[in-house]
Amino acid sequence: MSDAVELALPGRAAPPMTNGEVVFEAPWQGRVFGMAHNLANAGIISWDTFREHLIERIGVWEAQHPSGEHYPYFDCFLEALEQVLVTAQLVDGQGLRERIAQYETREHGHDHTHD
Amino acid sequence: MADDSPQAIRAEAIESLLKERGLITEDDIDEVIAMYNERVGPMNGAKVVARAWTDPDFRRALLDDGSAAVAPYEFEGGQMEKLVVVENTAHVHNVVVCTLCSCYPWALLGLPPRWYKDPAYRSRIVREPRKVLAEFGLELDPAVQVRVWDSSAEVRYLVLPERPLGTDGWDAERLAERVTRDAMIGVARL
Repeated sequence: MSDAVELALPGRAAPPMTNGEVVFEAPWQGRVFGMAHNLANAGIISWDTFREHLIERIGVWEAQHPSGEHYPYFDCFLEALEQVLVTAQLVDGQGLRERIAQYETREHGHDHTHD
Repeated sequence: MADDSPQAIRAEAIESLLKERGLITEDDIDEVIAMYNERVGPMNGAKVVARAWTDPDFRRALLDDGSAAVAPYEFEGGQMEKLVVVENTAHVHNVVVCTLCSCYPWALLGLPPRWYKDPAYRSRIVREPRKVLAEFGLELDPAVQVRVWDSSAEVRYLVLPERPLGTDGWDAERLAERVTRDAMIGVARL
């Protein structure tokens, strides 16, 4: 690679960084970050639109948590990505709910050994 | 090992639906994450280098006292007690190592590459720098003097590479895109 454009997320929309690297606290955070950047680079979603949604999600979270806790960046990121994808009909909302329900069932039966 | 948090499941569900529609692949996602870590990590250093190329006063200040010159940037990331910037010229090539461990100017370059921590690099770059650099693809003219700088917990080094030819008139932002992590460690030229 890479002719991929580096996508700017300045100010409040900036991801958590340590030593110059984006900090992913769990693998899913890296996955959603990678998905959003890739879809934007490919022109499938608009980065500006995504960023607006992200800033809005952060704003909503902060309004609900006036105590000054730091917002869970990737939770907001995930919500923003879902909103953009569903709004653009790239992901079907009903299909997503069904898939989530399916995975929830799978997870419970999958990872635990029941005697 | 599976993460069954609601977010993880939601993210996986979105990813699977996007894959089914052919909008994204596993490799696409992996590449973006890798790109981000390789490019964004060293971007602070690249900005500093590009400014030194375009601002003679800053260049002098940087070479004189690296820590003081970069302090106004307020880069995140500790472990930088003292920054020493060493300049490559037509006659001198600098390369950085940490023979004891893997001291590295994190705030400027992100996380060190795997080979930087490798015992072979750490010992061989001191003993046979030209040979090691050649293995990185950098063949230096025998007339060029090689200086190897050994980092420590107290002192971190950053190589100021030579400005590439054919970049006259470029502004600092455009120049920064040409600066690579490896050039700032000194195992590559631009």
